Order: sequence, then C-alpha cells, then structure tokens
Amino acid sequence: MKFKTFAMFVGPSILLMLVFIAFPLVTVLVNSFQVTQPIFTTQTVETCTPGFVTQTCTTSVKTVPVLDEAGNTVTTTRWVGLSSYANVLGGDRLTRALSNWDIGAVLRIDFWKALRFTLTFTLITLPFVLALGLAVAVVVNNAARSIKGPVIFVSLLPFIITPVIGALSIRWLFYGDGIVTIWLEALFSTDLAVAANGWAVEFLMMFYRVWHVAPFAFVIFYAGLQTVNQDTLESAVIDGASRWERLRYVVIPHLMPLIVFITLIHLMDAYRAFEEVIGFSSQSHRITLQYLTYDFLQPDDAGNRQISSASASAMLTMIGVVILLAAPLRRTWRDHRGG
Amino acid sequence: MSIPQAMRQPPSLKLASNLFLLFWLILAAFPLVWILAMSFKSPVDAFSASAWDVLRGPRTLSDGHGLSVVDIVLGVAVIWLSIKAGTRWLVPMAAGEGTLQRIFSWAVIALGFALLFIIGFFVIVPWVAEPLNASLGPLGRPVLGLTTQHYESVWIDNAFYENLQNSMIVTFGVVTVSLTVGTLAGYGLARSGSTLAFWILIIALIFRALPHSVLVAGYLPVFINSAEILRPILGDNAPTLYGQPLAVIAVLVSINQPFTIWMLRSFFQSIPVDLDESARVDGCTHFQAFRWVIMPVMWPGVITTGLFSFLLAYNDFLVASLLLDASNQTMVPAIVGYFNRETTTTDQVEAIAAAVSITAPLFLLVMIFQRQIVSGLTAGAVKG
Repeated sequence: MKFKTFAMFVGPSILLMLVFIAFPLVTVLVNSFQVTQPIFTTQTVETCTPGFVTQTCTTSVKTVPVLDEAGNTVTTTRWVGLSSYANVLGGDRLTRALSNWDIGAVLRIDFWKALRFTLTFTLITLPFVLALGLAVAVVVNNAARSIKGPVIFVSLLPFIITPVIGALSIRWLFYGDGIVTIWLEALFSTDLAVAANGWAVEFLMMFYRVWHVAPFAFVIFYAGLQTVNQDTLESAVIDGASRWERLRYVVIPHLMPLIVFITLIHLMDAYRAFEEVIGFSSQSHRITLQYLTYDFLQPDDAGNRQISSASASAMLTMIGVVILLAAPLRRTWRDHRGG
Repeated sequence: MSIPQAMRQPPSLKLASNLFLLFWLILAAFPLVWILAMSFKSPVDAFSASAWDVLRGPRTLSDGHGLSVVDIVLGVAVIWLSIKAGTRWLVPMAAGEGTLQRIFSWAVIALGFALLFIIGFFVIVPWVAEPLNASLGPLGRPVLGLTTQHYESVWIDNAFYENLQNSMIVTFGVVTVSLTVGTLAGYGLARSGSTLAFWILIIALIFRALPHSVLVAGYLPVFINSAEILRPILGDNAPTLYGQPLAVIAVLVSINQPFTIWMLRSFFQSIPVDLDESARVDGCTHFQAFRWVIMPVMWPGVITTGLFSFLLAYNDFLVASLLLDASNQTMVPAIVGYFNRETTTTDQVEAIAAAVSITAPLFLLVMIFQRQIVSGLTAGAVKG
C-alpha cells in the first residue's frame, strides 16, 4: 500500500487522536507548571450607618476580583515551576513526616493515600481475578453442553454492567442494613457498620473489582481451553499424571500467553480504578489516583477548579502508566524487530 | 462420542465442579437479582431484615399493590410467548439483501416486537386478569407485593427520560463516528506492514492505558474557555464546548479510538489479503476494494466492535460528569444525584429503580449479542 493511500485511511483516526489525546497531554504538561488565578485588588470601602447623632462610618479594606468591561474576572497565568507538584505531593507536611520517619502521616496526605490504595488494590485483586476466572472456565468447560449458553450469559452480566451500577448493587447489599450485613450479623452475632470502616470499604471495593473482571478472564481462559492439545492431554494420562498435574503442567503452560494478556489488561484498568470510589462513596476512607485528579477538577464551592493541581496529579499518575507499560512494550518492540 | 475411561470423572469431582459452578452463578447474579427485587417493593419491604419479606413484599401488599396467582401466570405466559415468537418467527423475517436493508428490517422488527409486548403485557393482561381475579376466589387474591411507583417517580416525576435522551445522543454519536473512523484506520493498519503502522499501533496502546481523568484535565480549561479561544477563527458564533453533548461525543470517540483500531485491525487481519488483491486486479482502487469487497465480509467484526463502543459510551461516568452540566447529564452520572440525595428510604429505592432502568438495556444487549461479545473479548487475546 502506498503511503498516500495509507495516510488517507488512517488520517481521520490519527487526527482525532492527535487533537483529543496528544494535544491534551501537552496542555496538561504545560498547565501543571503554571497557575491561573483571578487578579485581586484591594479597595478601601467606607460604609456608613445612620447613627443617633452623627453617622457612624467605618472604613475597611476588601479584596475584590478585577473585572474587565464585559464584567468577567480578569485572570493571570503565572509560571510556578514545580510548586503544583510539591502541593500535590504534600509539600511541608511531607518533609515533616519524612524527617520524623512517620509513615502514617505520609499516608494521610491525599496523594500518598491514593497511591497506596491504588497499588494494593491493583496487586491484590490480580491473583483473585486470574484464579476465579480460571476456575470458572475449567468448571464451565466441564459442564453439560446444554447449560453452557445460559451459564455464559449469567457470567457475562457482572462484566457488561455499568461499573458504577455494579458497585452500587454490591453497596446496597452491605451498606446500612443491607441484607448481607444482616446475615453476617446473625452469623457472628455482632454489630457491623460496614460504611464506617475503612478496611471493610476497601475489601468491598476489591470484591467488586474481582466480581467485575473475573468474567473477562473467564471468557478468555474458556476460549483458550478449547484449543488445548488433546493429544498432549492423553499422553499425560498415559504417563499417569493426575488431574491436578495435567492442569498444572499441560493446561496452564498452554494458557500462559493469555495469563500475561489478562494481567496486562488488568494492571492497566485497575490502576485507573475510579468508579469504585463513586459507587461506594468511599471518598472519606479510600481514594484512587484517578479520583484524586477528578476531585481537583470538580468545581469547589466558589466554582473554581484546581486545574494546576489536577494537571500535576495527572502527570504523576502518568509516571505509573509508563512504568507499567515499559516491560511489555520492550518485548513487543523486540518481537517486531525480530519478526 | 464416548469419553475414554481415564478421562472420565469420578462423581465426587463432578459434584464439586457443579457446586462451584452454582456458587459462581449465584455470586454473579445475586446483586443484580436483588436490586431488581428491591426496586419493585415499598421502602419498608425493600430494606427489610428478612430476605423472604424483600422477595414477597408483605407491606407493599397491604398498601394495595399486589399480584395474584392469575396475574403472575398470565404475565409469565405473555413473556414466554413473546420470547418464543421473537426467536421463532420474527428473527428469520429479518433476513434481507444488503446490510442496510437488514439493519432496517431489524429495527422495524425490534420496534414491532416491543410494541406487541407492551400491548400484550400492559393492556391485554390486566384486561383479562380483572374478571378472572374476581371470579376465581382464592386464586385471584393478591399474594405477591409489587409496585411500580418508584419507576413512575423516576421516569415521570424526575424526568429521567431527559437523561435517557442525552445518553442516546451520546452513545449513537460515539458508535457511528468511532466505527466510521475506526474501520478506515483498522483496514489501513491491517494492510500495511510498515514501521510507521507499527508505531501508530504502539502509541495507540499507550494511549489506551491513559487514565481518562488525565485527558479530561487537558480538555476542561480549553472547553470552558473555547468561546474566547475560537473567536478569532469562528467569529462571534464560537461555541462554548463545555456542556455540549457533541464535545462529549468527540472526546469519547477519541478515547475509544485506540481500542477500536486495535480490535478492528485484528478482525481485518483475519480476512485474507487475496481478497483485496483479486479486487485490485479487477481494477478496483484501494478504497473501492475496501468498500465493495472487504466491508461486506467484515460486518461481524464491525458489529462486535460497535458493541464495545456502545458499552464504553453508555457506561461512561467520568467524562460526562466533568464535561456536561449537572442539569443536563447522561443517565449514569445522573444516578449519582439520586444516591447522594438519599435522605429517605424512598429516595434510596428510587435510586435502585433508576439503576435497574439503566441495567435493563444492557441485559437485553447481552441476551441478543452474547456470541459477538464473546468473540470480541477473545479477538484481542488470541492475536495479541
């Protein structure tokens, strides 16, 4: 295919990605180094109230935003270097906590809190997703042919459902006097307040993620199981391998590329976890890195959005993505050059 | 086919395997079934401590909202007949020459089917059930508490249909634009082995991993001030992009582009190159070969990719909630307003009813397109 034809086919897509992905990345990078604020001036205001004999007048100094002719606030953009980053990372609080060797204080700073949660969340859910997905795939593969269709249908539901709604549906089972909480209370005869306990909320968020992603792993493993070489399995039987050994030494090595694939996708997706925080309203206990940026972008009570801090936290989040993708990308590049 | 002796499983293993399957099915479906049951009950029943009461709804029943055995039997019969009729007679009718005709006849049939179902379920069943309930004595007495009042207040009083309308605009736009742009790019990338194509794919993979909030942090200041930024180019009609569904469509299409081109590329690669080459020998240009030879055999791939684009747009929370105004939201961000407001238990059940309303179309989607969804999920994995 000539370059010109190739460019005509790929052009619109590239243009969209440049305008809406690459360009925003540049603005985020630039914004993270500068702060845009309204200009304020101080005005001396004299207010008088009618008094009994004479007027009582007080003068006070007020800070008011400068307005242009159209009545809009005039803003100024200042280059602030790394100070937004320092802000997001905790600034003085961080240095103080570090000099005292106080990890707890570090983890109370929003960014480190989010980083800690995002990383544990990503790494702890991964093995559960793989194990549950594989177990379900093996079991469905083992089930009678007639029930496979409905079983796959039900299994897909947690994956297809809107993430916020999925998280909400589990939240309603546990929060307040949710039915499962009532069962647990009856079982252990204690009083549970799930929503008030940070660790319980953290567990629920992980539980939701495993519930949500395991069907994806299941479908992929299930497809992989269809292509397991039957001859190898039979020769393993003849060699006297038990079921467990066949799974361990024949099936799992066969599924290895799929395990790598699911791991990669899961790491990417769990690292940008966000809907859990909304669904479980866990802002006061646990936040994720993506939620941190989202929170900066939300207008505060005065309607201002902290664009600069949001950009800084977005750039810091990106560092994680780069680290995450470095290894698989290096391998792809080697394959490309080799093949 | 007989299974060799050594591969046969002992009953204990079979039992354990099926028990685990049952456990998984309950785990997968229970939260969804439960919110479905709660959404039809009065708040006292929905948050009752007894699971049996949530299902049976004694309080809802005593409030005068209930179904009798006759109602239930008739309702189930209508649903069963509709499904049978749909799969037996209507689906074969959807055959037609050419893709556009087929899509059109599908749309007509789906609409007709929905109409028949609504008439059967909401008009004929109550009409038949009333005299039957009166005449059958104990069988006609309400036994199951069930109320649609929360759905009514969500959809009618709180005007949830406006959010539905926004969601439909956004999803329709995203699916059409991202498929149009994506098929072209996917074809180009699949048929070009150049290093440039490789790099485009790698960069797309990196873009796929980006958290969406990173990108939105880039758009937000630009979109809010877009009227001023674009004024030198567009004059005084320069739009403020913030709050425009079109802007959300553009953003979601672009965010979705990396995934779309990867998936479509893998589908195009499974179509033999010989097909384009013979078309080229017959005198087609590249574009003609693409349009008249490749696209007709590509529809399964396009439909599958379209499904995933639909899911992304429909399920999106972050982009819409930041780029659209709170008063003009799509469905998923709108529901957050419900459960943040939950001061009374009635509000909570309304939030649950809204959640079920959002889930219902997805449920139908999986029902109809199960095979395409599975093939789409595996397409990425098998070919890397």
